[in-house]
Amino acid sequence: MFKLAWKNLFHDRVRLAVTLVGIVFALVLILVQFGLFLSFLDTSANIVERSGADLWITAPKVPYVNGGPPLSEANRWKALAVEGVERVDRYILAWVPWKLKSGAIESVQVVGYNLDSGLGGPWNVVAGSVEDLRGEDTVMVDEIYKDLLGVTHIGQVFEISNRRARIVGFTRGIRSFTTAPFVFCSFKNAQNYGAGNLREDQAVYLLVKGKAGIALEALRAAVQAKVPELDVLTNAEMHGRTQTHWVFATGAGITTLMGAVLGLIVGVVVVAQTIYAATVDHIREFGTLKAMGASNGRIYEVILAQAAISGGMGYAVAIAIAAFIARGSEGGNAPIALPPEVAAGTLLLALAMCMGASVISIRKATRIDPAMVFRG
Amino acid sequence: MIEIRDLYKTYGSGGAEVHALAGVDLDVAAGEVLMLMGPSGSGKTTLLSVMGCILRATSGSVKIEGREVARMAENKLPEVRLKHFGFIFQGFNLFPALTARENVELALKLKGLKGTRAKAEAAALLEQVGLADKLNAFPSDLSGGQKQRVAIARALAGEPPIVLADEPTAALDSQSGLTVMEILTGLARKRGRAVVVVTHDNRVLQYADRIVRIADGRVVDEEDRERAA
Repeated sequence: MFKLAWKNLFHDRVRLAVTLVGIVFALVLILVQFGLFLSFLDTSANIVERSGADLWITAPKVPYVNGGPPLSEANRWKALAVEGVERVDRYILAWVPWKLKSGAIESVQVVGYNLDSGLGGPWNVVAGSVEDLRGEDTVMVDEIYKDLLGVTHIGQVFEISNRRARIVGFTRGIRSFTTAPFVFCSFKNAQNYGAGNLREDQAVYLLVKGKAGIALEALRAAVQAKVPELDVLTNAEMHGRTQTHWVFATGAGITTLMGAVLGLIVGVVVVAQTIYAATVDHIREFGTLKAMGASNGRIYEVILAQAAISGGMGYAVAIAIAAFIARGSEGGNAPIALPPEVAAGTLLLALAMCMGASVISIRKATRIDPAMVFRG
Repeated sequence: MIEIRDLYKTYGSGGAEVHALAGVDLDVAAGEVLMLMGPSGSGKTTLLSVMGCILRATSGSVKIEGREVARMAENKLPEVRLKHFGFIFQGFNLFPALTARENVELALKLKGLKGTRAKAEAAALLEQVGLADKLNAFPSDLSGGQKQRVAIARALAGEPPIVLADEPTAALDSQSGLTVMEILTGLARKRGRAVVVVTHDNRVLQYADRIVRIADGRVVDEEDRERAA
């Protein structure tokens, strides 16, 4: 029966091409839309996800990571007093003005972190070294934002809040969700840039690292008890809170999510119609098979095999196109994520959509009016 | 071989009832060529469908080689069709994606024959209908008469005792039509098959052992071979 399915498909190559175009279009649409959404999710809270911290101490009800009122350093000492806490680092993430060579101003987000622990620091450093950030007025930016910030090479000097900022390295792929790029530097330098308008003894966040093997929830509760007037969140909670803010509290998130959902709906409809039409094209042959004594099960086999072959072939083409688009988008402002889980999930989705759509036509094929089979 | 008694096939219900078959009694014997004739809408194809276990009767009895099939469960009917019947259609109904041999092979595979045995048997059946040189031809490369001969070879796959043919010569020229009928008659005479042919084609009546005329779902006349001649 598989042979019949295969031959049925390849006998009419124009029909097969039309079927595959429909499936490929639908799958690429789904992959790109979900890729954009996943990338959106990742970008919205990447700084938290990669922070390496176990807990975040913030001012109450801070909705997302990209801001918040200052915290007194006294809270750091309170947290350090909790058993099971290995270290507590001050952390700054705040908007400051970046002056380009042309004199124009760009807004950037200075990320000031403790160079000794590396908590909340940059990752994927492709030029220079984080050790170079120990120097006075030194910063590191991402390659993606070179053009935006007017940066061409290491050693260039710019101004942040009217204070010099020397480029000592580049990262790759650390996007900011907002239009303001991240600029990594030491906590001290960030203070000097006036980030968050902090006093000497203040920070925007406190990042807590627990001792190895410590139970996270117990640690969170213990730290919270020491600083009851503040919020103590696990890294996952902070990550979720930030993502939720950007996804649901901003139009951008809903739009991207809707795009992904619409992509899925349109994809399902296109595939369903395409597969249905392809199956109905062979309805007379299924009727003949039935008249010859094939059980409904044998007819299902042919129809499902046709759907699976179409789905598999469509997927192979679609994933190649989506990978090409994703690769092309890597350096742009709207990257498309294509993790293996999504690729695998889309294969299952493609097969499910194709076979699901064919089930509709199976009903038609197995309830054929016999007069149709005998009609000339 | 086939015994049909008081057979009804009714569509619709209440005032909208239509009797496609209304009390048909009919026997078909092994080795007999029976032709069903009648105007369009008279119930010939419905009778052929019920006889071939494709369509279920509303009431009455249909026995195939002594086995009652009229009240058989729906899911048992494909097995009966597979074991007892070969079908020949007016429009040939060949699978366009398959070669002549593959079309016949498909029927053999449905009947459980596999691999090289199925290939060899398909070739032998096509040889019997004079198409030994067309094994690898696709239906689109064959004439109408050749397609119908492939369809006959397919109907003979697995040696079914009964062959049901619906207007097998309607789409053929005179010569091809006669060739097809000679093959079908040969099946009945030499191999003892029961052959039931629905036809409008007066040219082929000479091949009938019996002609049954149907109108409004009823058998209205029967002629044996001598009388028809």
